Amino acid sequence: MNTFLKATLCSALVLCLPLTANAHRAWLLPSATVLSGDNAWISVDAAVSNDIFHADHAPMRIDGITIVAPDGTQLAPQNNLTGKFRSVFDVQLPQKGTYKIVLASNGLMANWKTPAGERGMWPGRGEKGNPADIEKNIPTDAQEVQISQFSRRLETFVTSGSPDEKVLKITKQGLELLPITHPNDLFAGETAEFQFHMDGKPVEGVKATIIAGGMRYRNEQAAIDVVSDKNGKISVTWPNAGMYWLSASYRDNKAKKPATVRSGSYAATFEVLPE
Amino acid sequence: MRAHFFAGSLFAAGLLALPCAQAGELTVSVELPSLNVAEYHPPYVAVWLENEKGESRNLAVWYQLEERGKKSEKGEEWLKDMRQWWRRIGRETDMPVDGISGATRKPGTHQLVFTEGKSPLGKLKKGNYVLMVEAAREVGGRELVKVPFTWPAAGEQSAKGNKELGEVKINVQP
Repeated sequence: MNTFLKATLCSALVLCLPLTANAHRAWLLPSATVLSGDNAWISVDAAVSNDIFHADHAPMRIDGITIVAPDGTQLAPQNNLTGKFRSVFDVQLPQKGTYKIVLASNGLMANWKTPAGERGMWPGRGEKGNPADIEKNIPTDAQEVQISQFSRRLETFVTSGSPDEKVLKITKQGLELLPITHPNDLFAGETAEFQFHMDGKPVEGVKATIIAGGMRYRNEQAAIDVVSDKNGKISVTWPNAGMYWLSASYRDNKAKKPATVRSGSYAATFEVLPE
Repeated sequence: MRAHFFAGSLFAAGLLALPCAQAGELTVSVELPSLNVAEYHPPYVAVWLENEKGESRNLAVWYQLEERGKKSEKGEEWLKDMRQWWRRIGRETDMPVDGISGATRKPGTHQLVFTEGKSPLGKLKKGNYVLMVEAAREVGGRELVKVPFTWPAAGEQSAKGNKELGEVKINVQP
């Protein structure tokens, strides 16, 4: 890969979650996911890298971070910092219950070939476009035009006191994960069940990969690969305690016009505790 | 979610008034070993009962109740380190709880006597139970010791921890 292309891709990745499994990986790493006491705080690292949870590539842009409190209200991240390799923010947990930290986007994009054979796309890398403007941004001489509906979502969950389920509700936009097993009640040796939804409906055929942290200290990826069943469900038996990164992607032709393809990517961080 | 199988204070309030001539007892002893370590803090300890359905009942929780000589809730921050207790009942318990909360204890053998029908033990139905004792120590380890017993069957059962807990014993006198 030439340096220019690499640089362009990298800056794009800081803005967007990877759509493919072999791209750099975007992750959120909470300092704790199970908390007690009345004045709980956590700190979260956010970065894009190849090795999960080793910040060695690029920080994630965190201006789009949403923190949903147990009562459904939104909290602002605090003490935000973006460094060379990672962004950091703190979250105060004033209520008891489960919080969701989210970075999500969705929209329409177009790809085409120019008569000269070059690739074109809208919106451009790292740019945002209003879906209503899509048709006037595609050159009239464009060939092989493909308009797709995309969604990207990155999440993690944190609980102060008893876990509850209000924030687990899906938004019914794009590819989402509905936990059946509570995401802050995961233990080594136990099996967790999750359900993938696409635009609010359970969806079969979502490919998901689960990778444990600490990749620098082992020789293989040790990925667990699963595919959602006809009810959209996957189940994962956690081999060990630790932090895990789940990444999933889905693509089909059931898009709303003018799009012909809809695709979604989803990633989440889960903490698994020892028995 | 696991339910508490007993509304402790309700029962206790009614039963305290009754003359219970033959109240049964559970005597629990918990050994906290002396550890030869550079930095020692007395462990947080939770003692609870689990019935056959996996429902839990708190008996005792020893943790930091004070900060610089004053009552403080600061120590609650580390209650979740008693991971199994936290999962099974701790996270649903609003600490402190009278008759259950207590300060951390020094190494040695500590005896606790619980009277059937009285808080925090309350009424025990016939059946199999497990006495659960979990210890978590700051800059140290964590350990859970389980001692199964049957109510109402008189006798003594015990189990031993490896590091953070010594012998845990229960004497059942119905």
